[in-house]
Amino acid sequence: MESVNQLQRKLAEYTASLYNEKILDEQFVQLQQLQDESNPDFVVEVVSLFFEDSERLLNELAKALNQPNVDFKKLDAHVHQLKGSSSSIGAQRVQRACIAFRNYCDERNVEGCLKCLQQVKNEYNLVKNKFETLFKLEKQFVDAGGSFPVV
Amino acid sequence: MGSLQRMNRLLSSIVDSCNCIIDPQLPADDLLMKYQYISDFFIALAYFSIPVELIYFVKKSAVFPYRWVLVQFGAFIVLCGATHLINLWTFNMHTRNVAVVMTTAKVLTALVSCITALMLVHIIPDLLSVKTRELFLKKKAAQLDREMGFFRTQEETGRHVRMLTHEIRSTLDRHTILKTTLVELGRTLALEECALWMPTRAGLELQLSYTLHHQNPVGLTVPIQLPVINQVFGTNRAVKVSPNSPVARLRPTGKYMPGEVVAVRVPLLHLSNFQINDWPELSTKRYALMVLMLPSDSARQWHVHELELVEVVADQVAVALSHAAILEESMRARDLLMDQNVALDLARREAEMAVRARNDFLAVMNHEMRTPMHAIIALSSLLQETDLTAEQRLMVETILKSSNLLATLINDVLDLSRLEDGSLQLDIDTFSLHALFREVLNLIKPIASVKKLFVTLSLSSDLPEYVIGDEKRLMQILLNVVGNAVKFSKEGSVSISAFVAKSDSLRDPRAPEFFAVPSENHIYLRVQVKDTGVGISPQDIPNLFSKFTQSQPLATTNTGGTGLGLAICKRFVNLMEGHIWIESEGLGKGSTAIFIIKLGIAGRANESKLPFVAKLPANHMLMTFQGLKVLVMDDNGVSRMVTKGLLTHLGCDVTTVGSRDECLRVVTQEHKVVFMDVSMPSVDCYEVAVVIHERFGKRHGRPLIVALTGNTDRVTKENCMRVGMDGVILKPVSVDKMRSVLSELLEHGVVLES
Repeated sequence: MESVNQLQRKLAEYTASLYNEKILDEQFVQLQQLQDESNPDFVVEVVSLFFEDSERLLNELAKALNQPNVDFKKLDAHVHQLKGSSSSIGAQRVQRACIAFRNYCDERNVEGCLKCLQQVKNEYNLVKNKFETLFKLEKQFVDAGGSFPVV
Repeated sequence: MGSLQRMNRLLSSIVDSCNCIIDPQLPADDLLMKYQYISDFFIALAYFSIPVELIYFVKKSAVFPYRWVLVQFGAFIVLCGATHLINLWTFNMHTRNVAVVMTTAKVLTALVSCITALMLVHIIPDLLSVKTRELFLKKKAAQLDREMGFFRTQEETGRHVRMLTHEIRSTLDRHTILKTTLVELGRTLALEECALWMPTRAGLELQLSYTLHHQNPVGLTVPIQLPVINQVFGTNRAVKVSPNSPVARLRPTGKYMPGEVVAVRVPLLHLSNFQINDWPELSTKRYALMVLMLPSDSARQWHVHELELVEVVADQVAVALSHAAILEESMRARDLLMDQNVALDLARREAEMAVRARNDFLAVMNHEMRTPMHAIIALSSLLQETDLTAEQRLMVETILKSSNLLATLINDVLDLSRLEDGSLQLDIDTFSLHALFREVLNLIKPIASVKKLFVTLSLSSDLPEYVIGDEKRLMQILLNVVGNAVKFSKEGSVSISAFVAKSDSLRDPRAPEFFAVPSENHIYLRVQVKDTGVGISPQDIPNLFSKFTQSQPLATTNTGGTGLGLAICKRFVNLMEGHIWIESEGLGKGSTAIFIIKLGIAGRANESKLPFVAKLPANHMLMTFQGLKVLVMDDNGVSRMVTKGLLTHLGCDVTTVGSRDECLRVVTQEHKVVFMDVSMPSVDCYEVAVVIHERFGKRHGRPLIVALTGNTDRVTKENCMRVGMDGVILKPVSVDKMRSVLSELLEHGVVLES
């Protein structure tokens, strides 16, 4: 059983790496700040919602691109949504991928869109994994008796 | 009667009187008549020619005054001549007509001659007086001539003097002045030799300094006390001296009879003789002697006007010499000033270099010294957290304490330098006075309780809760002052009291130059820290606030510190436009430290000057926004949730809607703010804003509308403004940003910038 300090260190390192790799940005920090006694699971809730939303949107996007006549407007709307969600969370790389996606939509470039979709999916899966690991570490830490400093 | 008859009668009378028997062979009457005839003729001729001559010459002269007299005279003569002429016809028998003419002529002649005779009585004295006047004028002319000669001589002399003066004064060089004088005098007066004797430095001798004809005068000297010299020095006139006197023996004795010699004194005036209001007093006893020798072969004598010339020249030379002296003096002063200027400039540049070097050094020190310091402190603290043996712990604690002390020292020194530079500026902010004092108390209490000192704090009720000032530095001042009080008290109590200074307590009789200017937006905070410690002797009080001085007898190991503390406090207090001083009744009687500083009052008009960032504690925040009803419209679930979380965290009562219709359905007057995401492509949010405006109108309770957008372009902003939105915020929004936006909204009713 690792000590609280060790866990804390691990958590800090992991979090730091997320920022360093630009997977998460400042917005996530803001999110964490919003978590307080009245809202203890705020971050987890928001992230869960993000997962649901994103998966839905990705499915829609795949479906839309499979159509013979691609409705770029709808495509754009979905990507816009995904972009908004990811920026609210602070998932920086997903957001960037979405921006690239939108450019191809504007150009009505199906090939490009397909490529971008794949990119977005990859990034999304990456950030999903990272979040899950992060939450696991946090749970471990809290269970070991650690506590986060209250802002 | 004719002359013939007369002659006859004369003859007969002579014959009768004589009674002599002369048988004169009397010429015949014919011969007599012939003689008479001829004489009359010549007389007439003469009588006629005289007036002609007179007229002729008078006509030539043109200045004869009495013309009419001349006419009269002429008439008289002419008539006489006529008479004699007519006589020529009366020798023989003549007719009666001739007799008549004769008679007429005679009568006329008689008339004219009588008149002329009478006239001459008047005329002749006049003519005589003319002659007298002529004599008088001649005399006068001679006199004037003499005077003219005299003036001419004087003018000549004056011209010479002017020329000499001009020559002498045309130069300001002493040597040239004297040489020129001699040369010009020699020329003007045609002198054989001219010399100048100057007094030596000691003033006991006269040394031959300049001569006209000797090329290099040998250092001839004569003692100054010679009678002849005294005589010359005693008067300002030129004095004739004997050619044999020592001052006149300028040449090797010649065979000739030396000419006359004259000597005159030349006053040597000093600068100090020229007072502004007085004329130069000849109180100076320094004279030079000028000796002039006439050529030996001539028999010339010294004339009065020549002597006068010499005297005048001597005076002029004196003036010229003093001018030269003044010039020398001023040149010297100017050179001195220039040297001083150069030296000052150099000093200034060196000082600037020194200041620059010091600043560079400080800048480096600032960083270079603080970095390892912080590292040491940080790592020591971390070390403290780990498992240590008791011995190790003690060592680590000592390391920490020492490094903290060192860090404080570095900070103090750096602060002080910056304070002295004037480069330190206060960090003005709003803070709570009560909190500050409480924190000071908390920091001091442990130390005080160890020393068994009572610490009391009393804050007056009229102190404002929040003030504007430099919190950190005020804390520093308080800690320093209170810390000193604790440090120097072995027992007893330390009492801190703070209140708003009214006008009477603003003035300290010891600091008359401290003027407190009360105003509406500021208060003067007065803090007194009284201790029952060792006190301060009166002679130490003035030095308390100087750097690096510590009261020596109390330098026990307990008293740490650098001696800079009070000096820094004083500077901070001064920056806060205040005043600090310490009172003590003497050693052993405790002391009281008092300071007054100027603080702004929070919540007044002066806030518009300062960037108002309310660093109010979080719970205070919630009180402001607590229960604030807001509406969030966003079609993105995640965004909606994040915004809701943000606003909830700030204490608002948040309602969320996902669509336009829902929004319009839900919105009521109770909602104070509506946040809407305008980047929704499907919804025309601007329309929503318009509807809300229409519904709630311009009434005071209309919900404020704020747009959230990821777009910062102008079009979006303009659209928002067009529909009357009260603000635009750029997503993503941070907690602080949302907080400040809400504050601005509630205060001003509009967000001034996105």
